[in-house]
Amino acid sequence: MVITNKKSYIKQTTDYNTKLQKKLWYKGSKAQRLEHIVHGIFLLLGLITVGCVLLITIYLFISGIPAILKIGIVDFLFGKEWASTAAEPKYGILPFILTSIYGTAGAVAIGVPVGFMTSVYLSKYASPKVKSAMQSAVGLLAGIPSVVYGLVGMLVLVPGIRKIFNVPDGAGLLAAIIVLAIMILPSIIKMSVTALDAVPKEYEHASLALGATPTETYFRVSVPAAKSGIAAAVVLGVGRAIGEAMAVMMVAGNVPNMPDSLFQSVRFLTTAVSSEMAYSNGLQRQALFSIALVLFLFIMLINAALNFFLKGEGSKSN
Amino acid sequence: MKQPLSKKRKIYEVLMKALMLLAVGLTAALVLFLLVYVIVKGVPNITWELLSTKPSYLTGRIGILPDILNTLYIVIATLVIVLPLGVGAAIYLTEYASNQRIVSIIEYAAEILSGIPSIIYGLVGMLLFSNNMGTCLMAGALTLVIMNLPTIMRTTQESLKTVPRSYREGAFGLGAGKWRVVRTVVLPGCVDGVITGCILSVGRILGESAALLFTAGFAHAVNGIIEGLASPGATLTVALYVYAKEQGEFGVAFAIAAILMVLTILINFATTTVQKKFAKKRS
Repeated sequence: MVITNKKSYIKQTTDYNTKLQKKLWYKGSKAQRLEHIVHGIFLLLGLITVGCVLLITIYLFISGIPAILKIGIVDFLFGKEWASTAAEPKYGILPFILTSIYGTAGAVAIGVPVGFMTSVYLSKYASPKVKSAMQSAVGLLAGIPSVVYGLVGMLVLVPGIRKIFNVPDGAGLLAAIIVLAIMILPSIIKMSVTALDAVPKEYEHASLALGATPTETYFRVSVPAAKSGIAAAVVLGVGRAIGEAMAVMMVAGNVPNMPDSLFQSVRFLTTAVSSEMAYSNGLQRQALFSIALVLFLFIMLINAALNFFLKGEGSKSN
Repeated sequence: MKQPLSKKRKIYEVLMKALMLLAVGLTAALVLFLLVYVIVKGVPNITWELLSTKPSYLTGRIGILPDILNTLYIVIATLVIVLPLGVGAAIYLTEYASNQRIVSIIEYAAEILSGIPSIIYGLVGMLLFSNNMGTCLMAGALTLVIMNLPTIMRTTQESLKTVPRSYREGAFGLGAGKWRVVRTVVLPGCVDGVITGCILSVGRILGESAALLFTAGFAHAVNGIIEGLASPGATLTVALYVYAKEQGEFGVAFAIAAILMVLTILINFATTTVQKKFAKKRS
């Protein structure tokens, strides 16, 4: 028997083993039946995650579609006014969609540069002691519950914005952007540091040997080499920002305005769902589920992007 | 011989270094500020009375004992349910699955689950569980089970991958069946993954609020564990939100925030310690 490769060898031996087992002592016995049952149970447990994803998707579609059909998809997605409790209710979620997009873009615009610069420093310059201290600090930042961010935002950020910019109320888009920027920092830093740490030392040595300074090497050789990991970090941050509800709820003011200015009191997709859920009914409640469906579709899009970048990273390291 | 850098390169060098230091300084200052601010504002408000009583409308006194108990109950209920499911799924993936396609589908599903925001979990949990069994801690726990499934699965899978192949082959060679190998060789090998997963999950449950608001409700009654799981109740984070946003009781909110902060630090510390300990054991 010629062994062509390891896989076929293992397959052959396992085939042989199963044949042997069938021939030998527990042929069709209780023990074999037990094996089958156990295998079945584990398969079922393995498929639970798939079941959960299907369940969530199906439930969201079933409960989200009716209101969209009733309101009309164009009026729903591009309607500029949300007045769910008015005598003539209007269900346009464009303000929420735009707020979520602006808010996330703002958070990324602040959070990514800070996170990126921090991770280059931590990965390439910092002494082991500083690195591990900063990593536990970042871990703490990641672990702080979102309501605590909301609370500190409410009592520090909101009055601060009111005083500095001299506006009647500090709760609004800007406050939400700053809170979100802080909340996405740890995901960006953690993932970028991992990607930068994985860059082969040879690349850097070659660049240094050619006369580049360390800073030039790190920014022009290491960073491009880790770019798909860093891109994945950014996408992860986007996902976190767009899905955050409680902290935003506490600082964004929560009035369904179009996000025309940074100080406008606004409502995000996430907070639109949670702020009316408790007392909603009828079409209003159904419309909330439709908002959740829109949010879910956004998240799926981001997931697909994340997968794309991570795959780029994987194929490179192989 | 070292040549002096051109002016442009010098500026680049200095600028980039300055920006990096600025960013690191900003991050460090942020963490420090949050930590100190919450502790300073919160700790003076933590009294024995606050920790050991329930809120009373008659005297206007606020106590967070029910919230502490509810948090404890929900952590226990979630872990008891999610552990067998997550560990079982991980065992299937590493030990049983022979079809690569099923493996990638399951792993993709887990990835999707970990990316879904908690507010959506809250909604689906409300539809799935609360609408059928009423708003109660158990409905919240079941929602959290779905949320934490990917975490337990991933940490267990990682630890299973480190169990040497030869151990399994040795057991097979001695004539053990698959189930017996899993039970006696594989399961003991994934203890560290399970422990890490548990700690991470506890952290996530402690910090969760959006998923619990509509599934577990926000009552403040002191119950035993069985009764508690069957009735609505607020966990610490939900209580913080309610006290801060709806009632304006910032002193109580900061007291809870300080408690949560300390718990977060402990959990982070425990995670790194466990990981270091098991890494040492393995090498």
